[in-house]
Amino acid sequence: MTAPIKRTEGYAFAYLDEQTKRMIRRAILKAVAIPGHQVPFAARDMPMPYGWGTGGIQVTAAILGPADVLKVIDQGADDTTNAVSIRAFFQKTAGVAVTTRTAQASVIQTRHRIPEEPLKAGQTLVYQVPIPEPLRFLEPRETETRVMHALADYGLMHVKLYEDIATHGHIAKTYAYPVKVEGRYMMDPSPIPKFDNPKMHMSPALQLFGAGREKRIYALPPFTRVESLDFDDHPFERTKFEAPCALCGATDSYLDEVVIDDKGGRMFVCSDTDHCETRREEGHRGALLGTPAEETRP
Amino acid sequence: MYVSVKGGEKAIRAAHRLLAHRRRGDRAVPEVAADQIREQLSLAVDRVMNEGSLHDRDLAALAIKQARGDLIEAAFLVRAYRTTLPRFGYSVPLDTGAMTIERRISATYKDLPGGQILGPTFDYTHRLIDFTLMADSETPLPERDTAASAPAMPRVTDLLDGEGLIEAEPPAAPDAEPGDLTRAPLRVPAARDLRLQQLARGDEGFLLALGYSTQRGYGSTHPFAGEIRIGEVEVEFEVPELGFAVPLGTVTVSECQMINQFAGSAEIEPSFSRGYGLAFGQVERKVMAMALVDRALRTEDLGGAVEHPAQDQEFVLSHADNVQATGFVEHLKLPHYVDFQAELALVREMRREHAAAHASREADTDPVFEEAAE
Repeated sequence: MTAPIKRTEGYAFAYLDEQTKRMIRRAILKAVAIPGHQVPFAARDMPMPYGWGTGGIQVTAAILGPADVLKVIDQGADDTTNAVSIRAFFQKTAGVAVTTRTAQASVIQTRHRIPEEPLKAGQTLVYQVPIPEPLRFLEPRETETRVMHALADYGLMHVKLYEDIATHGHIAKTYAYPVKVEGRYMMDPSPIPKFDNPKMHMSPALQLFGAGREKRIYALPPFTRVESLDFDDHPFERTKFEAPCALCGATDSYLDEVVIDDKGGRMFVCSDTDHCETRREEGHRGALLGTPAEETRP
Repeated sequence: MYVSVKGGEKAIRAAHRLLAHRRRGDRAVPEVAADQIREQLSLAVDRVMNEGSLHDRDLAALAIKQARGDLIEAAFLVRAYRTTLPRFGYSVPLDTGAMTIERRISATYKDLPGGQILGPTFDYTHRLIDFTLMADSETPLPERDTAASAPAMPRVTDLLDGEGLIEAEPPAAPDAEPGDLTRAPLRVPAARDLRLQQLARGDEGFLLALGYSTQRGYGSTHPFAGEIRIGEVEVEFEVPELGFAVPLGTVTVSECQMINQFAGSAEIEPSFSRGYGLAFGQVERKVMAMALVDRALRTEDLGGAVEHPAQDQEFVLSHADNVQATGFVEHLKLPHYVDFQAELALVREMRREHAAAHASREADTDPVFEEAAE
């Protein structure tokens, strides 16, 4: 954990002015009250480009307090450039403590992943969302999709998934895999791999979703039922990996494929860098680091 | 051995330093000052003020310098700064009829009260690169009009209005507040005030292409440039404590009133209809395109069928903002390892299945072909 640094003067705490934060908090409260429902909010122009997580940043800015400990990940990693940049932004503007440890963080902002370590009560996971509307690629008009949500008319998506099965034998969706929340609203989980979908279900943590360009906030309060869409004869399946992590040997984590030479050489490592480091500190060794002595002993 | 990539922070710092170096360019050439940009690249400043949604010439000029001349990036800098400013309220409607005119032309009347005034326009220049500008040149001062006072210049649409030939401007509801899409999320269908706000903030190139598309048959509006006027207008602000409006200063604006043929509908008698464009500075192309698109977006209100992109509110309003557009297009360069990994696995699996299906089909059909050959 990195202790708080003195925050930059001349801006409000966490950059946004208090009126804006109040407006966002009201949207968040409404979103929590109607799980999975997209609440329009007056997203501001932020000092980062749209598409870089302006929605998540505004949600984080609105909920962050001086005592919070912030973790920011992109693709599961704390050290990707955009995660580094967003973390530095809140260090500067809010002066909060930051960490890479999932267990130590009170607020985790993420792009495209849910940490491997199960979240606890009291933690908040803030997702950056590019397209909040799960039906958008089936129906481009917001005026239409709003009505479809109001009527819980989700036939279009079921037909699409059915057509996938008819054509390919399985549902050809591997990320941003749509879910149904508390049996009511269809929700886009943001472009997390479907591997992460089950982690949203009945999570003790609060999950908030912010889409800046599209000006929408939605939420999953703790212990919300979140079901990935499927059919009785084609149940939802998590992505499985054939090899364990080459560094920590984990067999239950999402893996990144790393190209190691130009002769087709590949290796697989944990996408969640904190998970991988923690396991290595605990003595786990993957194929690349050699199996530790105590495990090879007869 | 594989070592995972670290040091994003260091890389970002180094990149920023290189960026500043590239912005400065050759150190042997004098550095450009923000006030030079403000004075000598003033049309770029105007564009950045409009798309940045903030009237501040100095700030826009500085943003252009910081953005290395990338005007969308400059508008983005101005927008992010604007977010931190408090909003006190809105001004009294500008009276463009009382404008101190610098340019005023009408394409619908040869002569009209107040006359045609060309002003500083590129229109009749020959586009020949002027190599004398390579050297420091003495630019002669413009000629001054010796007339004691400028004649009154009524707006062309007001002249038509007197005859009832153009649709009346619907009166604003007395206490209706103008909408502000930077303070409330835009929802469609949107009222005309919000549409015009989005067009005024919208990308000039996008509006130009949309306006152009209406001229080429994708939702024709049969437009005439009734009037284009550019000049200074006073901005007044109603102060609640005082109970009357006080002038805050003047701004230069460009205004375009398009007059469009309208055959009438079951309820409305035939008349001319309006398309309107207004923006900060001298931005004639922008306000003309804006007026075309404004009229096209009124298609539904006037009882027409929405059939073309420029008439489609949701399409136009959701895609006009270039700061949003550039962000989302460019975000594709952010890492997508995780999703790509998921897709890799899927494509491999589908290829395996495809090959298997192909193999079994060949095994099935081969004997059939032999029979047919026999």
